[in-house]
Amino acid sequence: MTSLPPAGASTPLAGALAADATRAATGLPVKRTRRAGASPWAYAGITVIVIYCLAPFYWMVVSALRRPDDQFSNQAFPWPISLANFESAFKPSNGFGRALLNSLVVAGLTTILTLVIGITAAYVLARLEFRFKNVILAAIIATSMFPGISLLVPLLKLFVSIHWINTFQAMILPSMSFALPLAVFNLTAFFKQMPFALEEAAQIDGASPMQAFRKVILPLAAPGVFTTAILTFIAAWNEFIIALSVTNKQDMRTAPVITSLFTGQYGYDQPFGTQMAAGVVVTIPLVILVLFFQRRIVEGLTSGGVK
Amino acid sequence: MTTAVQAPTPPAKAVGPMRQDRRRGVGRFAALLLSPTVLVLALVIGYPIVSALRLSFQVTHQGINPTTGMVENTSHVGLANYAGIFSGDSASQFWNAFWNTTTFTVAGVAIETVIGVAMALIMHKAFRGRGIVRASVLVPWAIPTAISGLLWKWIFQSDGIANTVLHTHVLWTTEGFHAWGAVLIADVWKTAPFIGLLALAGLQVIPGEVYEAAKVDGSGPWRTFFRITLPLARPALVVAVLFRMLDALRMFDLPFVLIGAHKHSVETLSTFAWYEASNLRYGTAAAYSTVLFLYIAVVAFVFVKVLGADLIGRGVEGKKK
Repeated sequence: MTSLPPAGASTPLAGALAADATRAATGLPVKRTRRAGASPWAYAGITVIVIYCLAPFYWMVVSALRRPDDQFSNQAFPWPISLANFESAFKPSNGFGRALLNSLVVAGLTTILTLVIGITAAYVLARLEFRFKNVILAAIIATSMFPGISLLVPLLKLFVSIHWINTFQAMILPSMSFALPLAVFNLTAFFKQMPFALEEAAQIDGASPMQAFRKVILPLAAPGVFTTAILTFIAAWNEFIIALSVTNKQDMRTAPVITSLFTGQYGYDQPFGTQMAAGVVVTIPLVILVLFFQRRIVEGLTSGGVK
Repeated sequence: MTTAVQAPTPPAKAVGPMRQDRRRGVGRFAALLLSPTVLVLALVIGYPIVSALRLSFQVTHQGINPTTGMVENTSHVGLANYAGIFSGDSASQFWNAFWNTTTFTVAGVAIETVIGVAMALIMHKAFRGRGIVRASVLVPWAIPTAISGLLWKWIFQSDGIANTVLHTHVLWTTEGFHAWGAVLIADVWKTAPFIGLLALAGLQVIPGEVYEAAKVDGSGPWRTFFRITLPLARPALVVAVLFRMLDALRMFDLPFVLIGAHKHSVETLSTFAWYEASNLRYGTAAAYSTVLFLYIAVVAFVFVKVLGADLIGRGVEGKKK
């Protein structure tokens, strides 16, 4: 699920895009020949990539839009289009609407808590010099590689004994185990890029480190914080194993979990049409985020690890 | 890194105490701002890890109490949970899960890396349509794994689109090698674009002059790829592969949703430990998950020490040398 992007360096994509723009503007002959030579194959390759990435997603959307009677049709276009699958996904007995709300609460609160806690840590790790700094940063990064299952087994036992099963905190707290390292990692990379002259200027003006952080750094770091928020939210929204294990009541399930547990009319037939419709609903917010913030997301994912 | 504390420079006697004072202030400030993160991580990671270790040595027996005649659980400290890995019925199940975890990781990451690098090379060449490509590459990554498991389950139905397109009649989601293959395909689809993005970022920092120089020296495309592109993009690639491997080793959602819980052909260490825990055998579950944890730690260690994966990034560890 969540992969932790490596921290450290700048935003190479933005740089490359800027370089493209300059090339286009100056129209250097060398570049022009390279572009003309590369394009037919490159376009074919690009088409293959886009089809590879989107075809299964397209199939989910298409299957969701079929009439239940045509569900097993393998036509590339659903005709006539029907919203029956969406209606049955939102049928009260499925509890899907409530599950979406639960997902929003869990992912939203996880993101907010993670950012509030992680921002200060990332700032300290990126900007200040103190003892054991590398050890702490390495430890925080190391925590991101712990397998969810080895955290889950004891937590499950604990949550049973303190009656936390079917509560939001039982999903939010363990989610921070992957969200917090991810956020600290990304934010540290972002803070490192900011010029040190900012704090120096603030200090010359008599600001304490705390004031420099709050009044100077934080407002300027807003884009990085926003990118981190998107990545954290997506990771928390997609979380499955914790949400599956610490809930057993339908009205506390999150959307991905409840979708995977939908049962058909007779219990044994899997209602794929309904599940595809619910899958589309669960995925749409993320696809919208991806469409609007693709550049930021890519920058966040690739920040660092690149020398 | 901590030079100011270690080295009180003799000539600056007047400044010394003041500077030391400020350094101590910075240290205290840093500790204050770091403490929430450290505290939360200790709570949600430190505690469970220690607790899992303790649980894994707790052996539970179910027996009938001779005086009351009730079924009771008695537990004592011992190595039985780990011993079960090497003998008895659980041993074959464990090693099957271990084998599946390893093969999913090795095969999956190898295929993903090849496809991902190919994607990166193409994306690097393309000048127009970057936005569309980037957005579509992000779609598999953004779809929740559980949902993509459902989606692939639908695709792999007996009368589904996969069999129609391939003109086959494989029952993909039933036990067998094809189930393993189905999980692998679904995993590769979701994660190859992620490697592609990281590899692309690695390609983009290679200066164009290097390629021009290679061209002048008469280097062909393959030679250029293996001698220039790959070595220069290596740091980015090693980190991407490491992250993917750590992720693949703990694979849970895909086999669980696509094939089902406790299915022999796709059982991973994560799903096996989960199955044990869901049957309230916490001791064995903790033992299996501890083994998985150690396995992951060894892989990470090998990557960082042998292949030199720099996770922290330049500016911290990098400056040390």
